[in-house]
Amino acid sequence: MSTSARYWREIPQRYRYEGAKCKSCGKISFPPRVVCKSCGGREFEKVELAKQGKLLTHTVIRVGPSQFADQTPYAVGVAELDDGVRMTAMIADVDFEELKVGMPVKLEFRKVRDEGEAGIICYGYKFVPVR
Amino acid sequence: MRDVAVIGVGMMKWGELWEKSLRDIFVESALEAVKDAGVDRIDSMYVGCMSSGLFVGQEHLGSLLADYLGMGPIPALRVETACAAGGAAFKQAVMEVGSGMSDIVLAGGVEKMTDIGGDGATFALATAADAEYEVYNGVTFPGLYAMMAVAHMDAYGTTREQLAAVSVKNHANGAKNPHAQYPFELTVDRVLNSVMIADPLTILDCSPITDGAAAVIVCPLDMAKDLTKNKPIKVLASTHATDTIALHSREDIAWLGAVAKAGELAYAQAGLSPSDIDLAEVHDCFTIAEVCAIEALGFFERGKGGASAESGETAIGGRIPVNASGGLKSKGHPVGATGIAQIIEVTKQLRGEADKRQVEGARIGMTQNMGGTGGSCVVHILGAE
Repeated sequence: MSTSARYWREIPQRYRYEGAKCKSCGKISFPPRVVCKSCGGREFEKVELAKQGKLLTHTVIRVGPSQFADQTPYAVGVAELDDGVRMTAMIADVDFEELKVGMPVKLEFRKVRDEGEAGIICYGYKFVPVR
Repeated sequence: MRDVAVIGVGMMKWGELWEKSLRDIFVESALEAVKDAGVDRIDSMYVGCMSSGLFVGQEHLGSLLADYLGMGPIPALRVETACAAGGAAFKQAVMEVGSGMSDIVLAGGVEKMTDIGGDGATFALATAADAEYEVYNGVTFPGLYAMMAVAHMDAYGTTREQLAAVSVKNHANGAKNPHAQYPFELTVDRVLNSVMIADPLTILDCSPITDGAAAVIVCPLDMAKDLTKNKPIKVLASTHATDTIALHSREDIAWLGAVAKAGELAYAQAGLSPSDIDLAEVHDCFTIAEVCAIEALGFFERGKGGASAESGETAIGGRIPVNASGGLKSKGHPVGATGIAQIIEVTKQLRGEADKRQVEGARIGMTQNMGGTGGSCVVHILGAE
């Protein structure tokens, strides 16, 4: 099991959806990077991600890792948010038959997993269908 | 750079090898390669291995394996690029011989995957993805490739049956390979009706958990005839490229950018085009991976790889035979050893020693080995002299 530092270090991204917008080309990196992937820029401003987007792809995990045993089977997808950021997350509150490329989703703050009786309860974002 | 040739190959039957340890399986294959080449020494060694630390709690493989091979104190280095580790080890060996630093170099690969339970193996394999931004959110390796499959099906109309046909074709080939872990034939119905792992991929779309090792010997081409009785197989291209580790960071989820890049570089290095390749061993860790790889390598147009196996074009005797060995699907996928086993299959095919799965008249063969969801890719082109 990792130390708690590894967990709290990512809190700005996972709890507050913080990305880094490049000051020279405007591309938003998520998670933040030191070097902009599209223009090589080194200066960024902190921005909050758009909280809505569309699914680019999806699957249903039927055989999951042990930390996710209590949630298996569960849906996972890749979405592009309205600001162009792409991310992977679980898709909550969805009937598996509804899953479709292009489906509108929003980000919601949820419990992601826990590390057992003595470990951290891990939170973060999940996608939820916009109906 | 000096021209480099493969002069010896060695591998044993792969599978769930409960009686044997990581060092046992590596040494068996390495000794077989040394014997096949007929050399009396090796000058240096590279070992591809993805995660011996997580699978068996052992790092520092260079020292361990040189020692147990009885070759100490030669320099020995473990190479890691996730599932492309074997291909990368071969590339390092080619560079070392090509540069003139050493003459006889062993490139091997090994993975001992069954000493840890299924959950441990799933965890170890998942470390090839982005730990904080993919795995944290519950995605597994079958899940990532399933998402590539959904994207490919949505964009190009690829069907479940077409993906299943890749598995059926590779098992038909693997049934003729004495080293294969699962040398039995399948039907499309059996693939479709097996246990669902990550929609739309069933367990028979997935390569297995395997214990296995493989090794080859390379030397300067102009020394080959003095060192060995084997027909030397020349390395015509050795290339490597990377892509984003996270699948979600790619512009097109159904396109393998690193494979396309390493492929382009390889064709340029060898002065060849896709139509010059007589057979290819590609990284079919999942059925969809073969479809995407053969598009990225230029054997099929973008979006047209889905029908490749169903139409028979990638069968032995087809336009471009793919995975005559049985591929990762039937032969097994001990991750670090896979890239070396691909080199072995192409070498045997070009020597004309592939027995019942021989591609008639094969003169030029390609290998494509990738790590993660394609974040690393190593491509080699080999030619019969």
